[in-house]
Amino acid sequence: MARNNEIPEVNAGSMADIAFLLLIFFLVTTTIETDVGLDRKLPPKDPTPPIKVQEKNIFRVSLNKKNELLVENEIMSLENLKSATIDFLDNGGAPKGDGNYCDYCQGDRSLYASDSPGRAIVSLNSDREATYGVYILVQNELTAAYNELRSREAERLFNLGYEEMEEIYFDPQTDLKAKSELKAKINQIRTMYPMQLSEAETNMNLIAEFQ
Amino acid sequence: MKNYRNTKNRLPAVSTASLPDIVFMLLFFFMTVTTVKDNTLLVDNRLPNADQVKKLEKRDRIIEIFVGKPSPELASVLGSEPKIQLDNRLATINEVAPYVLSELAKKPEAIRNLVTVSLKVDQEVNVGVVSDIKEELRRVNLLKVNYTTYQGDAFLNAQ
Repeated sequence: MARNNEIPEVNAGSMADIAFLLLIFFLVTTTIETDVGLDRKLPPKDPTPPIKVQEKNIFRVSLNKKNELLVENEIMSLENLKSATIDFLDNGGAPKGDGNYCDYCQGDRSLYASDSPGRAIVSLNSDREATYGVYILVQNELTAAYNELRSREAERLFNLGYEEMEEIYFDPQTDLKAKSELKAKINQIRTMYPMQLSEAETNMNLIAEFQ
Repeated sequence: MKNYRNTKNRLPAVSTASLPDIVFMLLFFFMTVTTVKDNTLLVDNRLPNADQVKKLEKRDRIIEIFVGKPSPELASVLGSEPKIQLDNRLATINEVAPYVLSELAKKPEAIRNLVTVSLKVDQEVNVGVVSDIKEELRRVNLLKVNYTTYQGDAFLNAQ
């Protein structure tokens, strides 16, 4: 009689099956990867007065409907775009003593390319019928040019690549103090090589797209 | 006697008592590292590759717009012109601005100016469609965009 009053043990044998069922459900409905991509900031719509920019400070890149690239009025293969962009941005054409003189530039100091990285504007113009994949490739190469220059300066000044700095900055485990220090450094690098990428609507009317 | 020897030679059964624990561990692992898929794709969406990418974190701050050719089962009805997908339906370019604004209104006020529009565009699509969308986004003053890509060698796009 005493035995009957005991609570019978619950059979846990099917626990594994239940857990497997849940596991499979989550495997099917979820994805692991987080999205990655190229960040851009579009220019605001409200009309701003046009800014006069000297032609030598503009790096014209256009992509036609056959996915061919025209850089500064010369046909260029996609592979050479990055190095040409770096040469243009890092030129530092302003003479010594000029307000825009760039003391960290390592370029040719040619009179026909940009005065200083702060003044250099990359103008990207793409045909409506160009392929999006190639357009992204062009955007990627232009970003790569900026990143390479920024990294070079970051290595020189802080012994740390620009991309690593950003990675540490966006890591949620970084504490606040380190973050604010990093932020100042990142901003310093960004002002040295500001990303000024504009997408022209027409040849005359430049619309800037800044990062 | 015979019976006794038989039982002695048999291998002991493997205990499955800890199996639920192991499976639960796996379950929790997957629950924490994955995110829920919230859209069924109606368009082909083979994203381009890029290597200068940044992570798109915090999914609550993202509005997604898909562009691509209609998927094979819909292509017979809709043709092969690129279409825009908003949420779970196909839309025209005029619907982009109202959709984005209504999505923005659903977000808490504190993060509204941090919202990024993620453009998930198939790599075969023409740039024209994308610039139309960007024009619409500028019109409603949503200026942070992200050209969402796969991580990889960008020169694969040119082939």
